[in-house]
Amino acid sequence: MSGRTDVLIVGGGIVGAACAAACAQAGLTVALVEADLAVGMDATAAGMGQIVAMDGSPAELALTRYSQRLWDDLARSLPEDCEYERCGTLWIAADDDEMEEAARKATRYHEHALQAELLEQRDLYALEPALRPGLAGGLCVPGDSILYAPRAAAALLAEAERHGARALFGCRVRALHEGEVELDDGARMAARTVVLATGARAAELIPELPIRPRTGHLVITERYPALVRHQLVELGYVKSAHGTDADSVAFNLQPRPTGQLLIGSSRQYGRADPAVDRVIVARMLKRAIAYLPVLHGLDALRVWTGQRAATLDGLPYIGPCPGRAWLFVAAGHEGLGITAALATARLLSDHLLGRAPEIAPEPYSPARAWLETVVRA
Amino acid sequence: MAERRTEVLVIGAGPAGLAAAAAAAACGRRVLLVDDNADPGGQIWRGEGRAHLAVPARFEVRCGVRVVDACGASAVLAESAGGVERLTFDRLVLATGARERFLPFPGWTLPNVVGAGGLQAMVKGGVPIAGKRVVIAGSGPLLLAVAAYLRSRGARSLLIAEQTGRLRLARFVLGLAGAPQRLRQTLELRRALAGVPLLTDAWPLSAHGAGRLEEIRLRTRRGERGERCDLLACGFGLVPNTELAALLGCRVEAGCVAVDEHQATSVAGVYAAGEMTGIGGLDLSRIEGEIAGYAAGGDERKARAGLGPRRRARRFARALERAFALREELRELPDARTLLCRCEDVSVGRAARYPSWRAAKLHTRCGMGACQGRICGAAAAFLFGWRCEHARPPASPARIATLAAQHEV
Ligand SMILES: Cc1cc2nc3c(=O)[nH]c(=O)nc-3n(C[C@H](O)[C@H](O)[C@H](O)COP(=O)(O)OP(=O)(O)OC[C@H]3O[C@@H](n4cnc5c(N)ncnc54)[C@H](O)[C@@H]3O)c2cc1C
Ligand SMILES: Cc1cc2nc3c(=O)[nH]c(=O)nc-3n(C[C@H](O)[C@H](O)[C@H](O)COP(=O)(O)OP(=O)(O)OC[C@H]3O[C@@H](n4cnc5c(N)ncnc54)[C@H](O)[C@@H]3O)c2cc1C
Repeated sequence: MSGRTDVLIVGGGIVGAACAAACAQAGLTVALVEADLAVGMDATAAGMGQIVAMDGSPAELALTRYSQRLWDDLARSLPEDCEYERCGTLWIAADDDEMEEAARKATRYHEHALQAELLEQRDLYALEPALRPGLAGGLCVPGDSILYAPRAAAALLAEAERHGARALFGCRVRALHEGEVELDDGARMAARTVVLATGARAAELIPELPIRPRTGHLVITERYPALVRHQLVELGYVKSAHGTDADSVAFNLQPRPTGQLLIGSSRQYGRADPAVDRVIVARMLKRAIAYLPVLHGLDALRVWTGQRAATLDGLPYIGPCPGRAWLFVAAGHEGLGITAALATARLLSDHLLGRAPEIAPEPYSPARAWLETVVRA
Repeated sequence: MAERRTEVLVIGAGPAGLAAAAAAAACGRRVLLVDDNADPGGQIWRGEGRAHLAVPARFEVRCGVRVVDACGASAVLAESAGGVERLTFDRLVLATGARERFLPFPGWTLPNVVGAGGLQAMVKGGVPIAGKRVVIAGSGPLLLAVAAYLRSRGARSLLIAEQTGRLRLARFVLGLAGAPQRLRQTLELRRALAGVPLLTDAWPLSAHGAGRLEEIRLRTRRGERGERCDLLACGFGLVPNTELAALLGCRVEAGCVAVDEHQATSVAGVYAAGEMTGIGGLDLSRIEGEIAGYAAGGDERKARAGLGPRRRARRFARALERAFALREELRELPDARTLLCRCEDVSVGRAARYPSWRAAKLHTRCGMGACQGRICGAAAAFLFGWRCEHARPPASPARIATLAAQHEV
């Protein structure tokens, strides 16, 4: 490569890999530095990999919906080992209150031209007979999909490399300077734009970013093919999962293409330790058994933890850093970074090339962080 | 969830666990010994373990109980046909043993290519061996023990292929002169195997057959040769079972659970004995078990009485390790298409593209299946020099109901 690097991406998770692909495809010279020895080894390897249109706020729905469309376009060219599958989501309503929420959710999806079908009790059991009796109904969102995120990150990085990007592994960045990053060994690398895509660790390099790690646990089972066909999520999910700062669990289950079941989810602040918290796993599994009783007798192979990058308002930081035009932030995606990776990358490349973005970028601007900091002070 | 309280809990009823349970009971402690097999005895005395229990045993033995995880401090989570229970202890002795190491070579996944210890267990379990032609290949004294057993059960013809060199082996046997009892055992074993060819500097290159094993290619001192056989039993040494210890928070060093003079691990009140602390054979396992049992039972004087014998047994263990160290050439056995991970169908060539075990795992699924890398992890550690650890619960596959019961305390 000759001359100066246009874009230097710090972090080789799915967000960094997607940014590298988008920028390299756009003709920019790209370098990516990753602390680990391979791509997608952190949150990207720990998450569920569901590509889901999520309607926690209008801005969240706009971002996830947009990104989902980008994934749909990319799906055809993804290698098979990305295990992309359009299995759809079933949002489960336990009672009449949740049925009403399902109806409101359907309306919001329809406003964004998203397919979503309200399910009566009978329809629910026709689709997923293993669910416990007595549920009220639900909402089927057929456009949601799943993939195996570490391989998807590898595919995106390979695409970037085909367009001339280079990736350096085992290189941790310890400090940012104007137009430059400083590696652990003291070496410096310069670029016109530095992109911070270090996920839950973003605040280590930009302390002003109020990004906090939020631990999640997942359990993977032996193979039980065709037991469940859709990603199953309780409608209480948003309430119990996003609602408070307290530890929480919610029923969220994904059928893997291997026939295994991936069971979530939990959310906890303040656990730096990667060790498994047995108590929250037990709570999470109890909740899962309550929705899908057959789980009781099935075998679990492994339990692990991962860190989501949580922000104060639940939206990621995507955009230039106030007062530091050379620094672009792409972090803080909480539980939606796989979904939102492609939209994040597109917002970045649009910004760098001066193209008009397809969705309004303001709600994701890192400037919020500085405003929030001022308000808190 | 059912709860059982005991003063000393011993996990694993092989020689180390049996010795530990007996020693702790001799200190007047209430002792519970659990094992996930149908009978006590561990790998070596499988099916004959009852004979090794003092009669009447002064401790309780429960088989068919699998400990799958820690459960708060001073307790473990166990499952059995009867359901899930929490076993609470004042002191814990871990004696979870070791497993065989398999090395991949072309054809190693053919039916009738089995583990050496595994074949012995199968025959003990009633699988007929009479009239069969068996090649036993790999490394270590276990090969001879298995051969002698199979011969006693009527195997028609046997051939042993030991990878280590003739000189190293001779030096090892000479070294036994200082330990007359071991020398006698060795000579007895050799006599029991009279007429059975023992090739040194020999190892399997490949296995062939349509649907099942028919012939193997062997590398020997005189070059390559074919050998027709019905069964190929392989074992390239042993690998300590450290998963449960790691989940309990015990320090693991170089693949072995680290212990102090009294077999105490890095976790207070938790001891470890036998092969999980380092491969050393039957005698060392029993001595370590006894030390751990007395230490856990609170009789330090008796525990210390074992230190001298343990020193001698460890010397022997080190000699074993030197004599049967795996040779470099074995790393070249597999070709790129040879399977490394049988659970997930991952070839050696695919895994080799990655810089670490974790990267290979995440990007190829190698080690992610039912065995959670228990087999391919040890092979990958040897082939690529990776550190292949598994520090995630459960220690072995466990029912979801078991893991869900963990917080009913
Ligand atoms: C869609 C999907 C499907 C998956 N399917 C499977 C599957 O079928 N089978 C499967 O096994 N996995 C599966 N995984 C999980 C995957 O292999 C990893 O388990 C996951 O990415 C998280 O890994 P981990 O944190 O356990 O890392 P590991 O690979 O276990 O590495 C963690 C590192 O931290 C260390 N460590 C672990 N525990 C502790 C502790 N308590 N204290 C300190 N250090 C510790 C370890 O030594 C290790 O170096 C799947 C993942 C995804 C995303
Ligand atoms: C349990 C769980 C379930 C989830 N389920 C889903 C889901 O179903 N759908 C979904 O869309 N999202 C899900 N997520 C969220 C998703 O996994 C993350 O949002 C996403 O992986 C974030 O990607 P990233 O690239 O920002 O971060 P990461 O994958 O964490 O990548 C950041 C990279 O930066 C590197 N790095 C950090 N610091 C430095 C440094 N100083 N120098 C160099 N490199 C550095 C790290 O090594 C890492 O590789 C889930 C998360 C969890 C924990």
